[in-house]
Amino acid sequence: MHVDYRSLRFEYRRSPDQSAPQAARHAVVVVGAGPVGLATAIDLAQALEGSGRRVLLLDDDASLSNGSRAICFAKRTLEIFDRLGCGDAMVEKGVTWSRGRVFHREDPVYSFDLLPESGHRRPAFVNLQQYYVEGFLLDRARAMPGIEIRWGNKVAAVEPSEDGVGLTVETPDGAYRIVADYLVAADGARSPIRRALGLESKGRTFRDRFLIADVRMKADFPAERWFWFDPPFHPNQSVLLHSQPDGVWRIDFQLGWDADPVAERDPVRVIPRVRALLGKDADFELEWVSVYTFSCLRMERFRHGRVVFAGDAAHGVSPFGARGANSGVQDAENIAWKLALVLRGAAPDALLDSYDAERVAAADENILNSTRSTDFITPKSEASRAFRDAVLDLARDCAFARRLVNSGRLSLPSTYAASPLNTPDDEVFEGPMVPGAPALDAPLAGGDWLLRHLGGGFVLLHFGEAAPAPPATVPPLRVLAVTAAADAEGLAARRYDARPGTTYLIRPDQHVCARWRRFDPEAVRAALDRATGRGVEGA
Amino acid sequence: MLNTEPNIAAPDDFYEALLALHQDLSPEQGRQVDARLILLLCNHIGDPAVLRQAMARAREGIVPAGHDATLAARA
Repeated sequence: MHVDYRSLRFEYRRSPDQSAPQAARHAVVVVGAGPVGLATAIDLAQALEGSGRRVLLLDDDASLSNGSRAICFAKRTLEIFDRLGCGDAMVEKGVTWSRGRVFHREDPVYSFDLLPESGHRRPAFVNLQQYYVEGFLLDRARAMPGIEIRWGNKVAAVEPSEDGVGLTVETPDGAYRIVADYLVAADGARSPIRRALGLESKGRTFRDRFLIADVRMKADFPAERWFWFDPPFHPNQSVLLHSQPDGVWRIDFQLGWDADPVAERDPVRVIPRVRALLGKDADFELEWVSVYTFSCLRMERFRHGRVVFAGDAAHGVSPFGARGANSGVQDAENIAWKLALVLRGAAPDALLDSYDAERVAAADENILNSTRSTDFITPKSEASRAFRDAVLDLARDCAFARRLVNSGRLSLPSTYAASPLNTPDDEVFEGPMVPGAPALDAPLAGGDWLLRHLGGGFVLLHFGEAAPAPPATVPPLRVLAVTAAADAEGLAARRYDARPGTTYLIRPDQHVCARWRRFDPEAVRAALDRATGRGVEGA
Repeated sequence: MLNTEPNIAAPDDFYEALLALHQDLSPEQGRQVDARLILLLCNHIGDPAVLRQAMARAREGIVPAGHDATLAARA
């Protein structure tokens, strides 16, 4: 069934809260029904199921994203969408890709494969217009009794206090008040909540302008990311070409700082630029046009008492690297399980501080990568231009220079290596599954996948034949036994450097927090305490 | 460790070749050649500690008189 998610309009409906004699109390309010707010609401509602607590999602608008906007959704984000119950819809609709190619003038200089190995359920990336991502998340959210969505509800004032956050909400029927135990602000780059609290996001703006022209056409370009430096059809600037579903292509033209952002949006200017790339007889129509500049910036802290900021509200990056929406969805899954445990009384409020520690570090990693890409694409001085050109020139016949070409380092999930929730290794392990790392997928017998069984709650991932009984804990533990028969290809054992007896403690967001060579219930208890903010040291 | 002791067997020959490399080039072309040369040599050396020491020594005593084209952002 094809749904044009851009055309959907959601009706404002009066809520009983608006006639209540006193401000109604809500366990958790999420503001902003974009990808980050929707993912947060779904994840929270799943984690709060059976607790009697619901999630209230407020949005000041009546529709989803009208433009394609974010289009590249990374493997890790798809794995999160799987856990949220909408991964299949995203992957079925999306254009799967893993290869990027970089050209200098007319010559190919570099190509990369973002997932060179098999044995993963999800691909490196799918391209999918933001309105589909929001639409599939919304379909899921609307099917969940644990979520109430109020459209046309605009947060006008925020009063945080010791025991709750007071909100004044404006509607077509006038304003009303509610109180939230916790507030998640996923209200975008201009975050009215950030402003209402007198907080700032700070960083650097890059002196360059870019034109996005999404065009609808029949074309036989492969489903790859193509990036040109100084191509003959757009001299001295860069161009990005990328495929989207429904025969839509993203073309991103670098324009330079002096370009007129209003005039450049005019089809009279845009169409010749597109024709220069596609050929003068090309048959296409403009789908969405936008001229943008960007900044790399973040808030100093993402947690402010009972208010937490997620996604663009908390941090911003350049689009080259697909690190905006992807990192926002990763913020969502990081805060959701922690908030749910605190609301259920299964973890202290201090656990929420780890959201700040882990996601500020992740934002810094994303900003670092994004800034490096931008410094390559948009040289900020004569010297950086000279080195950029030298790298591109040498890349033709010197392998080392190809590794320096930077058209965007694409989104990878952060490993929370310095997290206070981690229990450091006591034994020697090889490979990437260090405490803090997002769990890698692996195929299991019968067409099953490892990640399907991780997440939600805490899981003890045990390798070997004799699975241990889980110790009684708060929150409870599930045991996943990976036997030699289940791990028929041996990939799970290889990726986790596992021997019989090796045991991992995996968080509800599928990140590793501790591991041992043998199961020891006391060690597991201590690691669980630490991972839920009850650790004696550090947490 | 960055070697700043003599390491080039025929220093005058080397210096002559370095200047010959830039013969008749405009300042832009000279910068282009320098940038390529620096990248080739850095890759050849490889050792990040040595490269950082060399970069620090090269920058020593130079007070910035220009500025990069970036702007402070606040939102």
